[in-house]
Amino acid sequence: MALAERRISATEARIAGLELPRGGWTEAARQDALARLRAMGLPERRDEYWRFTRPDTLSQAETPRAALFKPEETEIFSDLDRLKIVFVDGVFDAAQSDDLSLEGVTVERLANASVTDIHWARDLYGTLEARGQVPVQRPFAALNTAFATDGLMIHVTGKPSKPISLVYVHDSETSDAILHHVVKVEPGAEVTILENGPAAARFNKCMEIDVADGGKLHLIRSQGRDHERRAVTHLFARLGEESVFKAFTLTVNGVLTRNEAFVELTGDDATVHVAGACVGDGDFHHDDTVFITHDAVNCESRQVFKKVLRNGATGVFQGKILVKEGAQKTDGYQISQSLLLDGDSQFLAKPELEIYADDVACSHGSTSGAIDEEALFYLRSRGVPAGAATDLLTLAFLAEAVDEIEDPDLAADIVSRLESWLARRR
Amino acid sequence: MLEIKNLHVKLEEEDKQILKGVNLSVEAGKVHAIMGPNGSGKSTLSYVLSGRDGYEVTEGSATLDGDDLLALEPEERAAAGLFLAFQYPVEIPGVGNMTFLRTAVNAQRKARGEEEMSAADFLKEVRTRAKALKIDAEMLKRPVNVGFSGGEKKRNEILQMAMLEPKMCILDETDSGLDVDAMKLVSDGVNALRDEGRGFLVITHYQRLLDHIKPDVVHIMADGRIIKTGGPELALEVEQNGYADILSEVQ
Repeated sequence: MALAERRISATEARIAGLELPRGGWTEAARQDALARLRAMGLPERRDEYWRFTRPDTLSQAETPRAALFKPEETEIFSDLDRLKIVFVDGVFDAAQSDDLSLEGVTVERLANASVTDIHWARDLYGTLEARGQVPVQRPFAALNTAFATDGLMIHVTGKPSKPISLVYVHDSETSDAILHHVVKVEPGAEVTILENGPAAARFNKCMEIDVADGGKLHLIRSQGRDHERRAVTHLFARLGEESVFKAFTLTVNGVLTRNEAFVELTGDDATVHVAGACVGDGDFHHDDTVFITHDAVNCESRQVFKKVLRNGATGVFQGKILVKEGAQKTDGYQISQSLLLDGDSQFLAKPELEIYADDVACSHGSTSGAIDEEALFYLRSRGVPAGAATDLLTLAFLAEAVDEIEDPDLAADIVSRLESWLARRR
Repeated sequence: MLEIKNLHVKLEEEDKQILKGVNLSVEAGKVHAIMGPNGSGKSTLSYVLSGRDGYEVTEGSATLDGDDLLALEPEERAAAGLFLAFQYPVEIPGVGNMTFLRTAVNAQRKARGEEEMSAADFLKEVRTRAKALKIDAEMLKRPVNVGFSGGEKKRNEILQMAMLEPKMCILDETDSGLDVDAMKLVSDGVNALRDEGRGFLVITHYQRLLDHIKPDVVHIMADGRIIKTGGPELALEVEQNGYADILSEVQ
């Protein structure tokens, strides 16, 4: 069978079991996305963008089984004053969720929003995703736009008093969830969105984000601890003048996670920070793929990714900064680092810069290293046991990524998760 | 307190004997100094006692109040009361000085079956001790030794010593990299900790440190052995005549 044919048949096999929701204004967007998906086909291993991560278990028709994991710890963010919205295996659960009304923001389910003719999300749903298909194809995102069964339309018009907390519960060993959220932050508005939980056996999530001039969005994610779960997630963000978007993702465990972020800085003086800390043990594969486009003057972008890997775990980083012609005074920074706790683990990194403006400051770095033996001995000589000393140095390694979280309480919560994960593995 | 008998040590990686039968006994309340030319094995002795990797003890013993030091992990030696002030204190980015100190103090207490120090008591104690060493609040907040000057690093070592209250303190060339004022500050810090229950082993190239930290006993080390032991006057003799006379006298 020819290669192109094989790709087509694999793509058709995947979507054969899915139903394209009909009706409402999203139908046209969904049909467009389906056409894009069919034109691209789902990724295959030989595709350059998937060189380091095997896409087959994400694209195959049958959902790979993932055992449920019941951690003893209380759920992250559960102590916070928050607007809690729960999805169980990708389906909104009203009984477990708070009332969706909160001053400064309107939150609607995708299914409800799409029936009205006029809706603010109409110009965004599938639009930002489609922009993100160039220059690199992201077929799983097109699949998501076409077939998403649930999701939230979050319209931020003010400064809500508490964060919006999306909780993704994994309750079935064969659940295959496709969620699509759209977030619009109006000029000067500001919100924090939290996401946590394993979501499903296989999870395909897309979040389209439009931050208008002077708007601010903080996104803090903690991807659940289920060992066998698989996930592919996409963030598509467009930033207006003097707007700020800061995202941090914590990933512990997970046999396969691919987190893609596609961010366009379209207004002058905008800021985007995308950071991630991941800790993986054994059968763990974690991929951060980031593409940031500077298309305006005097914008700042930071990518900070730290991975702690042990017992044969694999970490991947593909990060690009594209500075378009005219995007002068760009300040771009990118760092990806791995701490390999043994010789079996590996880190694969592909940092890229592509610059068409002449007055920019861009830097990137990528390193792999082991625990600093000198520092370890120093700590031990002061009485800190080897295990605790290693943990202390590991947290120190992750600190630059965790420091990207502005809220000290949220940062402390993330650090305590990392501490307990490390302590359990001593 | 510290008893070293016939200690022979070679490098693990290569067949090179560094210590060739060191005998040394430091009593509680006393300050012993070890002087000697470069490469005589002074720093190796301090590393072997504190448990650094890379050395193999081929013969002999080292005990602290009867505990076999050589059988213990570095952190167990610390909990048993041994402290090494490093010649080159290590920089640890990302670990705050206060976090580090508190973790160390409480880890040692826990290992000894003592109650951990409360955050409030710790803070009070560290502020008092730091003030005496002219270590300001900003330095305590910074990551361990990162961006510290040579003098600040050595003062930080003494602060750790003061907080950990060890029985036996080994100072490895604590005077290196210090100007006159810093040397006085560090020496005052050490002298403040002199106590009848505590022993000191001060390793140095120069007499000048011993002007500030007055030793009870001075040893001369050369080629992996202690070749001469005497009182404070021995250090003065080295200062005036160098090591050549002593070396030839012994051979």
